[in-house]
Amino acid sequence: MAEMLVIDTHQRIAKARRRDLLFAGLGLVVLFLATAVLLTLILDLVVTGAPHIDWDFLTNYPSRRASRAGILPAWVGTSLVMLVTAALAIPIGIAAGLYLEEYAPRSWVTDVIEINITNLAGVPSIIYGLLALGVFVYLFRLGETILVAGMVLALLVLPVIIVATREALRSIPQEVREAAFALGADKWQTVSMYLLPAARPGILTGIIAALARAIGETAPLITIGALTFIAFLPPSPITSEPPFLSFDWLWSPFTVLPIQMFNWTSRPQAAFHELAAAAGVVLLVMTLAMNGLAIYIRYRTRRLMR
Amino acid sequence: MVETPEQGLVKKHTVRAFDEELAHLTRRIMETGALVEQQVALAIRALVERDEAAAATVIGQDDLVDELEEAIDQEAIRILATRQPVAIDLRMVAMALKISNDLERTSDYAVNIAKRARRLAEQPQLKPFVTIPRMAEICQQMVKEVLDAYVERNPDKAMAAWHRDNEVDQLYTSLFRELLTYILEDPRTTGTCIDLMFIAKNLERIGDHATNIAEKVHYIVHGDLINRMRKAKA
Amino acid sequence: MMFGANALAETTPPAADTGTAQATEVPRKATVEELSFWYGHKQVLFAISMPIAEGCVTALIGPSGCGKSTFLRCFNRMHDLYPGNRYGGRIILEPEGIDIISSRTDPMVPRLRIGMVFQKPNPFPKSIYENVAAGLRIRGVRSRAVLDGQVEKSLRRAALWEEVKDRLHASAYTLSGGQQQRLCIARALAPEPELLLLDEPTSALDPIATAHIEELIDELSARYTILVVTHNMQQAARISRFTAFFHLGRVIEFGPTEQVFTRPRESMTQDYITGRFG
Repeated sequence: MAEMLVIDTHQRIAKARRRDLLFAGLGLVVLFLATAVLLTLILDLVVTGAPHIDWDFLTNYPSRRASRAGILPAWVGTSLVMLVTAALAIPIGIAAGLYLEEYAPRSWVTDVIEINITNLAGVPSIIYGLLALGVFVYLFRLGETILVAGMVLALLVLPVIIVATREALRSIPQEVREAAFALGADKWQTVSMYLLPAARPGILTGIIAALARAIGETAPLITIGALTFIAFLPPSPITSEPPFLSFDWLWSPFTVLPIQMFNWTSRPQAAFHELAAAAGVVLLVMTLAMNGLAIYIRYRTRRLMR
Repeated sequence: MVETPEQGLVKKHTVRAFDEELAHLTRRIMETGALVEQQVALAIRALVERDEAAAATVIGQDDLVDELEEAIDQEAIRILATRQPVAIDLRMVAMALKISNDLERTSDYAVNIAKRARRLAEQPQLKPFVTIPRMAEICQQMVKEVLDAYVERNPDKAMAAWHRDNEVDQLYTSLFRELLTYILEDPRTTGTCIDLMFIAKNLERIGDHATNIAEKVHYIVHGDLINRMRKAKA
Repeated sequence: MMFGANALAETTPPAADTGTAQATEVPRKATVEELSFWYGHKQVLFAISMPIAEGCVTALIGPSGCGKSTFLRCFNRMHDLYPGNRYGGRIILEPEGIDIISSRTDPMVPRLRIGMVFQKPNPFPKSIYENVAAGLRIRGVRSRAVLDGQVEKSLRRAALWEEVKDRLHASAYTLSGGQQQRLCIARALAPEPELLLLDEPTSALDPIATAHIEELIDELSARYTILVVTHNMQQAARISRFTAFFHLGRVIEFGPTEQVFTRPRESMTQDYITGRFG
């Protein structure tokens, strides 16, 4: 009897080993393929576009002549729009997530809201554009401006930040809350002194994901009337006379990098396609820089808590 | 096979081994008590019937009783260390330590009586033995009853035996006076009388130890000490 | 079960000269009167009445699910954090005589005067200093000097100062389990509470750490009123001066620890402490 058992064990181990090897192998192949595809795309982009990136490219306005075309208004527009998006989406998203998770009483109303927020993340972005066109541009008469662009993108990525905030707060063990309350903290003290700092890494991850999505959105911006060819810059936020800060730029027409790229790729000349690639590289760099900043902040706050 | 007192009187421990250990400790005390009872009986027989063999038996069992007492002590200490008993279990184990001591002292007195009896057997008998056998009978009954009370955890029985010590003390006092008169009448009987006095004293001490055991039984069951009653008695 | 005015009376052994025993009455920090508690529709505490002796350790013992932790958490209204809970009766806190569980009393009132240490050490994800200072910051203390002073005082009281004085700004998670629990005790002590609630403070610790905490509780009992929930009866016997035995939401027996563990009045108490339960 005992002899038969021993043989069985060996067989089982051999079988398990084969299975593990198979899965590992499969995983490796998939990983390789995905990485290869991604690398190819990026390399192609960089190889095509990098040579065109120079100081002129970054400081010129678009032109009908490929040699003189640049992306100045495009990357300025992207930066300003992202500024507005972040300024709107981050506080509103965190506050909403905080309220829903910590303050709102558990009822069917909050359950309905929760379901809808997750659904909103899946709505096609052009729908947001239509909404913004109808409500912000026409109903509120805000015009086809950077402000509206920021607002529509903020709406778009709000669910991502709300969900990330809620998840981050949910992952804080109940013991932390109990300890804070037992010490005599009121609700706001508990949230501001203990919960938000602990949730910071999760929230930052959500913000990274949100902004990375927003920076590449084209359809809603076209819908609300972003320009495809622009020969001027929005007014500068910093002025030479007091109070040294101006908000006129919010009301300015604009363009963004993805739209500029779209515009150039629809031209027949091959030179413009290469310029589009170059713009793509710049967009990539901007995205990575933004992500990098957020990751750095997350790293620093994590280290404080270790 | 002695019946364990836990059955029916007190609920069983969740850990059965604990019950078995307590039962075993109780049995040990019972066995030692039975042996000591027998020693007292034999010692008195050695005196009254001048039975040399009885005296020899009693004296020979001295070492055995010492070993039994040590065994009880060790077992009690082991239970204290490993089980950390509380409440009634603690009282039971702690009192087992004291009762074993009382039993060992009782045995010592029995041995002393036997030794003196052997010496007295070589002398002519002074007078018919009346008081001493009477004292011995009461003491034997007391020892038996308190040990029964211990096993049954019956404090009333123990207290009934406790009260009989009065009788023993009175008998001792009267015998003491009687022997004094013998000494005054005939100083040649002094040696014998003194031996008899010591024997009576030993019996009186046996009675006291029996009352000690009775008090311990009361304490095990009720958890309070009865020193007040002792003071009232004095 | 109502406990009379002499429930906290203890008998000291007779003095050699007078030969009589003295009965002393220990002052009260709080009185529990007919306390009941419901989780939703389920009643788990049934009209409990009990005195809480000042400057002493009172141990709450009983089998799992008997309500001792629930009872403890009534004192600082922790149950208010979760919906559907209901209190009945009164917990009167001296010396003002406020009813802690009255709906007219703001839950923050008891929480600001009562400290709690939980079963599993739960320091905040912050530095050691910030953990101990937490209670003070919550109360609006901002002065660096005051914070420094209280942090050191509390860490000393919790017997942790020597081990951490050189790394006050290291994360609390770098401490061992026993040290973290002592940190939580220091954190609870820093705001100078009147009453300390300890919910099975050593059940997650190894024997050596447990011994340290017991020693600490012993020292603290000189100046604080302490309520300890423990499922370790030997611990209850070791550290407390009064013991309450809980069963199914009721207090079966309450009295001086020495009496409860040598001569319990109730047979259920005896059965439980001698291991004849269940």
